Amino acid sequence: MPSQSRRQARSPMAAPQSFLWSRRIFLTLLAGFVLLPVYVMISSSLKPLEDVSGKFQWIPTGLTVRPYFDIWETVPLADYFMNSLIVAGAATVCSVTIAVFAAYAVSRYTFRGKRVFTVTVLSTQMFPGILFLLPLFLIYVNIGNVTGIALFGSRAGLILTYLTFSLPFSIWMLIGYFDSVPRDLDEAAKVDGCGPLGALFRVIVPAAVPGIVAVAVYAFMTAWGEVLFASVMTNDTTRTLAVGLQGYSTQNDVYWNQIMAASLVVSLPVVAGFLLLQRYLVTGLTAGAVK
Amino acid sequence: MTLTAAPDTGERKARKSSPGAPRTRRSGRLRRISLPYLLLLPALLLELLVHLVPMVIGIAVSFKELTQFYIRDWTTAPWAGLDNYSLAVDFDAPVGEALLNSFITTCLFTVLSVGLCWLLGAAAAIFMQESFRGRGFLRTLFLVPYALPVYAAVITWAFMFQRDNGLINHVVHDQLGLTDSPPFWLIGDNSFVALLVVSVWKGWPFAFLIIMAGLQNIPREIYEAAALDGAGVWQQVRRITLPSLRPVNQVLVLVLFLWTFNDFNTPFVLFGEAAPEAADLISLHIYQSSFQTWNFGTGSAMSVLLLLFLLVVTGVYLLLTSRGRKASDA
Repeated sequence: MPSQSRRQARSPMAAPQSFLWSRRIFLTLLAGFVLLPVYVMISSSLKPLEDVSGKFQWIPTGLTVRPYFDIWETVPLADYFMNSLIVAGAATVCSVTIAVFAAYAVSRYTFRGKRVFTVTVLSTQMFPGILFLLPLFLIYVNIGNVTGIALFGSRAGLILTYLTFSLPFSIWMLIGYFDSVPRDLDEAAKVDGCGPLGALFRVIVPAAVPGIVAVAVYAFMTAWGEVLFASVMTNDTTRTLAVGLQGYSTQNDVYWNQIMAASLVVSLPVVAGFLLLQRYLVTGLTAGAVK
Repeated sequence: MTLTAAPDTGERKARKSSPGAPRTRRSGRLRRISLPYLLLLPALLLELLVHLVPMVIGIAVSFKELTQFYIRDWTTAPWAGLDNYSLAVDFDAPVGEALLNSFITTCLFTVLSVGLCWLLGAAAAIFMQESFRGRGFLRTLFLVPYALPVYAAVITWAFMFQRDNGLINHVVHDQLGLTDSPPFWLIGDNSFVALLVVSVWKGWPFAFLIIMAGLQNIPREIYEAAALDGAGVWQQVRRITLPSLRPVNQVLVLVLFLWTFNDFNTPFVLFGEAAPEAADLISLHIYQSSFQTWNFGTGSAMSVLLLLFLLVVTGVYLLLTSRGRKASDA
């Protein structure tokens, strides 16, 4: 029996009704579960404060866009936004650059300690953040006391921290990507007079753009969403969105409509970026993770 | 193993095609040996600064009596020997009892969360292996929880779980009438359920993503052969798909376990600084006992114990699963 489409991966046989119905029911329920908070977020962000303070309503009665203007007044959201953008942006650029070099070394050279390096770097992923939060806090405070370089409370300290969070996984994924670029290509470039770095930047990097994009998205998301270190390592001027969003609850009132509006606004850049580039991330995982 | 850092393959080929200049080759040799190390240097230095050195310091601090008076220079804090450890594991005293409670809660939570995440992810990936109308749209939709920043998603769930104005109580109490009075979800025993729901909602798309990638590596021919032999779809799933996923599952379950066990963000955003006892995950527990009492020594001792536990579990897990795999291959 011929398959209906080229992308069909499985079962040349027609699936039985039991399978089709199970699929329909399961996927519908799952989609409902996934969408529920998204619906709450969007609908509540358009309600006046009385409505989100009283009983929940599935269908909003009085629609308003006020919360979307108020969010910038209640807390300095624009500042938090800017801080998050700087921190996540810088961490991404640094992390990807460093990962490209490291992955190139692992993918294209044999050297002593290669296995130790990959295992060590990857195993840092398993450590609980809380384990090095306290010592890192001490290190940053002490570096500040000794040298005057303010890492604690500054954006630089946060950038430094975040870029190492995404580094191990980025290196791992890029190794997979670089391995899939035929070696003949960079050998040919070297024969043509390119140095090792020339081969990297003229041949391998252009061929691995999807992987690099995937890694960049991952690094940005990691930094944009981190809460633990942001809540300890920032002060009033360097506060990021992860901490700043808590500012909408005061002693007397919780501005739930504004919280929902702000959540939506801060999610848009990452969600849009991720959904646009998710294809790369999926292929990146296939190349790197599942070997 | 030799010291030469020759490119893995193609080196001989390159030599053959460029027969000239033996001298440049020799002088380039030293450069070639150090080049991979130079390339790795930035990554190594950063990992050292942010992960490995703090870990060593953390272990040192766990043997010290480090209170707020010594924060400016932690090295001057007096040594405490094993006091921090004996305090942490004295399960009759309040500190140890709370830690044990938090540990057991975390174990139970992790098992349930990882199990459910895997189940949902695997079911969705297998159902979506074959193309149908709307598959691409659904796949994008299912990745939304993964893409949303943790705090934005979890704060929405916190709103839904509010007692008086949340969606959950509106459905459970007002619309379905399942309870006599609207229950609390973020305080008391229910908080465990709330945390589990949020954790699964947030975590399952990652399992879905990885399993989906793993499914693409199963050759189509196996399914075709099975179909010719008369195997139905359900049988194909049981006999081909699930066994083929074994190596993917080995890594996936481990990663999910470590992430869930160490999860700080979800309970922190859901409950705030202090989690209710029923949902007191270990990371938040350590954070709280360190930064509220400003006693870093005890907090570090707890962290070290946590790390030891994770190392042992990971080691045993890898040993068991790789042996199982070898046995099934034989």
